[in-house]
Amino acid sequence: MAVSQLIGARVQRREDPRLITGHGRFIEDRLPVGLLHMAVVRSPHPHARILRIDKGAAAAAPGVLAVLTAEDFHKQLQGVMPVTPSFVPEKKFVPDRFPIAGDESCFQGEPVAVVVATDRYLAADAAELVRVEYEPLPAVVDPEEALREGTHLAHVDGPDNIGWDMTFEGGDIEAAFARAEVRVTERILQQRLAPTPMEPRGVLADYSPYDDRLTIWLSSQNPHFIRLFISGAMGLPESRVRVVSEDVGGGFGSKISPYPEDYLVPAASRILGRPVRWIETRTESVLTTYHGRGQVFTAEAAAMRDGTLLGLRLTQVLDLGAYHGTFGAFQACACLMAGGVYRWQAIQARTIGVLTNKVPTDPYRGAGRPEGTHLCERMVDRVAQEIGMDPADLRRKNFAREFPFVNNFGLTYDSGNYDGSLDRALELVEYSSWRRRQEEARKQGRLIGIGLSTWVEICGFGPSQPTAAATGGISLVEAAQIRFLPSGSVAAYVGTHAQGQGHDTTFSQIVADTLGMPLEMVELRHGDTAEGPSFGYGTYGSRSLAVGGMALHKAAVVVRDKARNLAAHLLEASPDDLVFEQGTFAVKGDPTAHKTIQEVALAAYGPNLPTGMEHGLEAVSYFDPPNFVWPFGAHICVVEVDRDTGAVALQRYVAVDDCGNVINPMIVEGQLHGGIAQGIAQALFEEIAYDQESGLMQTGTLLDYLVPTINEIPDLTLDRTVTPSPTNELGVKGIGEAGTIASSAAVINAICDALSPLGIHHVDMPASPGRIWKLIQEAQS
Amino acid sequence: MAQTVRLAVNGVARVEEVEPRLLLVHFLRERCGLTGTHVGCDTSQCGACTVLCDGAPVKSCTMLTVQAEGMAITTIEGLAPPGEMHPLQTAFWESHGLQCGFCTPGFIMAASALLAENPDPTDEELGRGLEGNLCRCTGYVNIRRAVHAAAKAIREGSAAPTAVGG
Amino acid sequence: MIPAAFGYSRATSVADAVAQLGSAGPDSKLIAGGQSLLPMMRLRLAQPEHLIDVNGLRELDYITPKDGRLLVGAMTRHATLVRSEVVRRHLPLLSEIASEVGDPQVRSRGTIGGVMAHADAAGDYPTLALMMDATIVTDRRRIPARDFFQHLFTTSLAPDELVCEVDFPVATGAHRYLKFRRRLFDWAIVGVGVQMSDDGWRVGITHAGPTAVRAHAVESALRSGANPKEAAEHATDGLHPTSDVHASSEYRLHLAEVLTRRALEQAA
Repeated sequence: MAVSQLIGARVQRREDPRLITGHGRFIEDRLPVGLLHMAVVRSPHPHARILRIDKGAAAAAPGVLAVLTAEDFHKQLQGVMPVTPSFVPEKKFVPDRFPIAGDESCFQGEPVAVVVATDRYLAADAAELVRVEYEPLPAVVDPEEALREGTHLAHVDGPDNIGWDMTFEGGDIEAAFARAEVRVTERILQQRLAPTPMEPRGVLADYSPYDDRLTIWLSSQNPHFIRLFISGAMGLPESRVRVVSEDVGGGFGSKISPYPEDYLVPAASRILGRPVRWIETRTESVLTTYHGRGQVFTAEAAAMRDGTLLGLRLTQVLDLGAYHGTFGAFQACACLMAGGVYRWQAIQARTIGVLTNKVPTDPYRGAGRPEGTHLCERMVDRVAQEIGMDPADLRRKNFAREFPFVNNFGLTYDSGNYDGSLDRALELVEYSSWRRRQEEARKQGRLIGIGLSTWVEICGFGPSQPTAAATGGISLVEAAQIRFLPSGSVAAYVGTHAQGQGHDTTFSQIVADTLGMPLEMVELRHGDTAEGPSFGYGTYGSRSLAVGGMALHKAAVVVRDKARNLAAHLLEASPDDLVFEQGTFAVKGDPTAHKTIQEVALAAYGPNLPTGMEHGLEAVSYFDPPNFVWPFGAHICVVEVDRDTGAVALQRYVAVDDCGNVINPMIVEGQLHGGIAQGIAQALFEEIAYDQESGLMQTGTLLDYLVPTINEIPDLTLDRTVTPSPTNELGVKGIGEAGTIASSAAVINAICDALSPLGIHHVDMPASPGRIWKLIQEAQS
Repeated sequence: MAQTVRLAVNGVARVEEVEPRLLLVHFLRERCGLTGTHVGCDTSQCGACTVLCDGAPVKSCTMLTVQAEGMAITTIEGLAPPGEMHPLQTAFWESHGLQCGFCTPGFIMAASALLAENPDPTDEELGRGLEGNLCRCTGYVNIRRAVHAAAKAIREGSAAPTAVGG
Repeated sequence: MIPAAFGYSRATSVADAVAQLGSAGPDSKLIAGGQSLLPMMRLRLAQPEHLIDVNGLRELDYITPKDGRLLVGAMTRHATLVRSEVVRRHLPLLSEIASEVGDPQVRSRGTIGGVMAHADAAGDYPTLALMMDATIVTDRRRIPARDFFQHLFTTSLAPDELVCEVDFPVATGAHRYLKFRRRLFDWAIVGVGVQMSDDGWRVGITHAGPTAVRAHAVESALRSGANPKEAAEHATDGLHPTSDVHASSEYRLHLAEVLTRRALEQAA
């Protein structure tokens, strides 16, 4: 393989040999000498006053070094946990959150005490012995109920339960509705989901009192931000805190924000002067790892009888849980993206963030964009159904076609070819043939449905201006460093951090190509704040390639340019007279005069440098993208619904996606497979349920929280179109969340299509057999 | 009260004193240093802890170490000789059958038990053989492909172990 | 999660197991495959003080056809039942049901005796035992299945009594077990087994109440010449399923009827 052709090649992952042989480096695999184990005592109540905590029995239990409560931690930790503006700059009620409850606990699972012991078994035993006296308080569970005046308060001292209430105006909505010949309304639920990375969370902290340094090993998507937050809370200079995240067993958004344990474990280590570790159990994960979704939409769409879309009016009621998630308001982007790939005269979107006595919600794969897409695609299908138009035709009639396209809220879609992906998907699925089969099946009373989802995604966060406002000061750019070592190998550092996306491989492909090096000579490093540039911005929002990959490319270009100047000096030629091919600088027209970039690297550490050139061959670059990137595509799902039981069988799933230029097609396909499966999981299986009376979670284990197995996910047929992004030099876009953003709508649209002969217009998620059976019963009675 | 347990782990005989409640998975990870076997749940759903006990696939989080008395345990680390790969490992690599890799050892062990019993599984049989393992990254598409590919390689005898690292 | 500490001993014989149970106190428990018990212990929903391990009792691991009966030792694991040619020949429905229990890893460890003694409402073997009039043989007596399962997680076993065998009648006629669940490895939301036997159809229903039930009304309708659809209308007679996060009571009743009809139609 020629080294200049790595970009776009199906390179096998360099991460895999360690992972498939059992030699991955996950958080629980690290067992330092002297390690102590922390167990967390959690409130069993959705809402309670904490009257008294008796540490006695636990403190006296075998192996126990400490039992710690809020009182102890207030001596270690200052301030409150961070809440960013994200898409909602003005919030109403933001309750302060300390990592451990003091007088009042506001959700089931909130930490109230911790036990630190010499052994994890003993820590678990002692946690059972901590006696906490609670006075249960009334809880508010349902977000719409929480909005009702005079209802229970999620926090006893709160003014009400309203975290925010903001309306985005995108054009003259009254004028758009005034023209309408057709109006459809719908109420659409987005159930709460547990992100469920297969590796639960975990924190190991080692504070050294002798040099006042803290090292934290964390299963994290976002080590640099965690360092920023924890060093601030601990009162340590950021430079004395090191956060290391090695192999991360999945994140899906749930390992972005800081969690209580991220503070409690380092604080416990500082109290005890020894390494302390906490590994989340799955039960804790389902109960306390920030949930995704948790929204109720009401929407109304206006259109003409010929299918022209006019206006969309919607309200998002977002169940914040007991506290604002650090990036919880990101999910309001469902409002900004509710128009999807279509031209609308006007959109008006109101978002209301509501506090309830449940675990906070925060970004989960897609974070607002699946919700926006689901809403838009459902409403477009409702319009199509209302006027009797084929949903593919209605989509085509309204697609944005001129790019850059500015949507109703001023966001600029950099590129697109929505007809291209839809046409290809229709062809692959054999759309007209399925429509015929559907017709025939209906005559026999069988319910076949075909669902479309034509999606677009805003991702690749930056740019610096809007994202600085969103984070409260730090611009989401990305930093990278390229270092040529004297003997000619390359160490590359980047501030993103993979959780299974294969960055070790794909980012090395970019660097190797840019420098004309063999892949084996490039070492990609990430996840350790002690290495590389001073800050990194993490992996989320499908930003790693479009921002981090670009930062690496940019740093590599700086290094290459310096190498060119040095090569010119060594070859006694002008830099402009050099050509760079296959890793070699050669003088034009003189086949004997050349230097490999590795020879140049060695020379960079030697005596013969041109006047004014510093030693070494390395560079740090920050990439600030000029815009977001805008992947898109078309997904089509075919289902058959069992009329007797309500069970849904997925017959076919086709996805044609466009993420611009592709670094490694194998990785892109894998991201789509997993993303689509998570959308199918939301559409058909998963739901975190709380008892409306008691406020207690009813789906606390993987017995009840239905993550699908291999038998529930069908084979997926994928294809791509390629519309390079004009936003970055590599022409790349994000693909990590795309599958999830697109797929729930395709599945639900298919189910609704199947049920339409019965007069059923909408099915909420998860479309469980019981729920569908009930709808069929109601429709028939 | 500690109990003595005698067993073999990846061919190494061990005699250990263990507390009766010590879960086999914690014994393997913390006593034997074999951290490739992972814990992903509390209720025996996820299968990340799958090992072979006398050749049978078992969730090592749902077995006491003392119950492994007299057994030969094989973990992911013992599936192929050091420095080499089992055809399933090669196939997972070549087919991109893993992303974060946390569930992968459990899948490979479950798949090895499946193929030992059924060298040429249909798609449905493959699904049933792996129904006790959860993956959150791959959507299972490439796991299917990997197991079919490994089955083929083993059947065709073209599956001489390959060296780790290529 | 970590189970609470407990004492542990191995039973060396049936008599030893019974003696140990008698002397170890009320909070002691037998552990067979442990596939239900250990998760409950890890969640600390069960905290026995002492476990008596019966996995060493290989004398209870057998499958023996005898005089028109199929005798299955309590320590026979699901995987053994799935693989057994003898079971396939003498009671193929048991084979089918065993292959639907849990997942391959659970089937490696779990035992038929353990499922019987645990008496989960969603257990699959109890349905077969009830509908086929099987007998649960203990260390001291023979208990007809209809007297054995008393309520959710409750059997007629004495505190120190050990299940040794399940004694099924041989049945090789048309049969089917339909297990409705969301994911393939889940417990049944509702399950229905049907078996053509010498005296006509036998029908049992899983998880439509605190214990499995034998659907006598369906059986007698079929004996009176009803077709599957007509007979299935009686499937819900006397059922009182609960509602939970997986299904409402009404839906369970409906499933019982649909699955009964389908099982009868599909039986082969």
